[in-house]
Amino acid sequence: MTIKQLSIFIENKGGTLIKVLDLLSKANIQIIASTIADTKDYGIYRVLCNNPSQAYIILKEAGINVQLADVIALSIDDEPGRAASAIKTLSDDGISILYMYSFLWKGKGVLVFRTDPAEKAKETIMIKKLSFLTEADFA
Amino acid sequence: MCIFAKDNITNIINMAQKHIPDSSCQYFNEKEETLTREQIEALQLERLQATVKHCMNSPFYKARFEEAGIKPEDIKTLDDIRKIPFTTKKDLRDTYPFGMASTSLKDCIRLHSSSGTTGNPTVILHTQNDIDEWANQVARNLWMVGLRPDDVFQNSSGYGMFTGGLGFQYGAERVGMLTIPAAAGNSLRQIKFMTDFGTTALHAVPSYVTRLKEVMDQAGVDPKTDTKLRVLAIGAEPHSEEQRRRIEEMMGVKAYNSFGMSEMCGPGVGFECPEQNGLHFWEDYYIVEIVDPETLEPVADGEIGELVLTTLCREAMPLLRYRTRDLTRVLGRSCPCGRNHVRIDRMKGRSDDMIVLRGVNIFPIQIEKILMQFPELANNYLITLTTDEDNDNMTVEVELEELFTDDFQRLLKLTSDVKRALKDEILLTPHVKLVPKGSLPVSEGKAVRVVDKRTVYQ
Repeated sequence: MTIKQLSIFIENKGGTLIKVLDLLSKANIQIIASTIADTKDYGIYRVLCNNPSQAYIILKEAGINVQLADVIALSIDDEPGRAASAIKTLSDDGISILYMYSFLWKGKGVLVFRTDPAEKAKETIMIKKLSFLTEADFA
Repeated sequence: MCIFAKDNITNIINMAQKHIPDSSCQYFNEKEETLTREQIEALQLERLQATVKHCMNSPFYKARFEEAGIKPEDIKTLDDIRKIPFTTKKDLRDTYPFGMASTSLKDCIRLHSSSGTTGNPTVILHTQNDIDEWANQVARNLWMVGLRPDDVFQNSSGYGMFTGGLGFQYGAERVGMLTIPAAAGNSLRQIKFMTDFGTTALHAVPSYVTRLKEVMDQAGVDPKTDTKLRVLAIGAEPHSEEQRRRIEEMMGVKAYNSFGMSEMCGPGVGFECPEQNGLHFWEDYYIVEIVDPETLEPVADGEIGELVLTTLCREAMPLLRYRTRDLTRVLGRSCPCGRNHVRIDRMKGRSDDMIVLRGVNIFPIQIEKILMQFPELANNYLITLTTDEDNDNMTVEVELEELFTDDFQRLLKLTSDVKRALKDEILLTPHVKLVPKGSLPVSEGKAVRVVDKRTVYQ
């Protein structure tokens, strides 16, 4: 149910992002969606791509601090109120969101997030029959 | 008990210090302070010979002299001091705790010790005479800058093992001042003491004065109108002339630079006179040498080298040619104030990698040791020292070994855990910054671990 996301630790200064993007570009990796969260000193660059396992190896070999994180990607209709109802379903089961971002994919909205606790979210999604995407959808 | 033979000169000095001169006198120990160069050198030779002889009671020095093939009788002139091997901090550690003592412990009444975080601690022993002579040096300094028995002296040094506490306490009491052992920290209470007790003189590390002024501003206290403060003694951390002038201006007082080190006794070794043109190092108590830290040969007056001190009046633990690792230079050997004791420039840096920050001595290895306890962290780190609005600060950048989480909370927790562990080790809280692996500069050979951007070293 979960998909692999690249989480990349980058310094909060010029030139660090382009280094990562260059490496991905040279390996012909396609970025589906990405987001940067930052503090004063550093940031975490989170990337969904078409081949996370290969991208991970490439970045790792280049000495970049990278982690493969398991995230959930829910697919929702591109209509007002759909994100609210999906998140409420999780929230009602006592699941909180550690971070989240969203994008449009083939006419559908996609909510990408990590939860705490991680396992319980999967249960809720199964039981409440929420629609989710798998890695194969992006490959 | 006095180890030194009495003759015309030493009679003047030994144990004469209980006497407090008339307030109109500008010298606390007039005869000693106004000795001519010739008299100083004659006294030094006599005391050096007595000290060397006395050192033969120390197992360490006895062995050291035998190894070097010299005898106390070989010291016939002041220049003969160069025959004596240097003493280092490592020697103090290696002889921990009492191997350096030249008297029996029965004759000692006080022990001060460094924290010993980089190996064995160093232990400094004192006899009653040592404590008295130490107090006399501090009293001489405070008198020199115009403090008298009717002054109120507040000491914001840490007490306990840190010699800035008891050292200034005894010295200020020796002058006859009302002395307030306020100790370090609690700025609001410090300010209340100052206004309520009519403090006229304060001893503090320079960065703490700046901090105190900030709190005064917040509390609506103007040091110029709301306190009677007129003299500051500042020391125990490197500071620039500009920093001193700023402190003087913001507090509306004169600020005098103080030099001391626990190996010699503590504060008191050197102090600025009202001319504020170098620190007078008391040559009736010490032989001052400045040597090239590489060749260990003496450098000419005016040239920067490592300060080497020999104690001349210490009983419990005399030290011969002690390498302080502080870099400085001789400014002159005469002064309009009438004192011919050598004038030494403010400290310019260190010949080893020790960091002096806000009065605390820190070796990079201490920081390394802590960082290496965290498996999440890589081996490469960089310590940067900066002056931000007159406060000296430390930033520790350290590379992340593995990105073990992409959860910010856990990264922030790691940062705060590292910070707390460092604080327990070095007693200061540095700013800790996690950086990606490979982002810190790696130099050829020995890595650069410390970048000092403090204004004092610019």
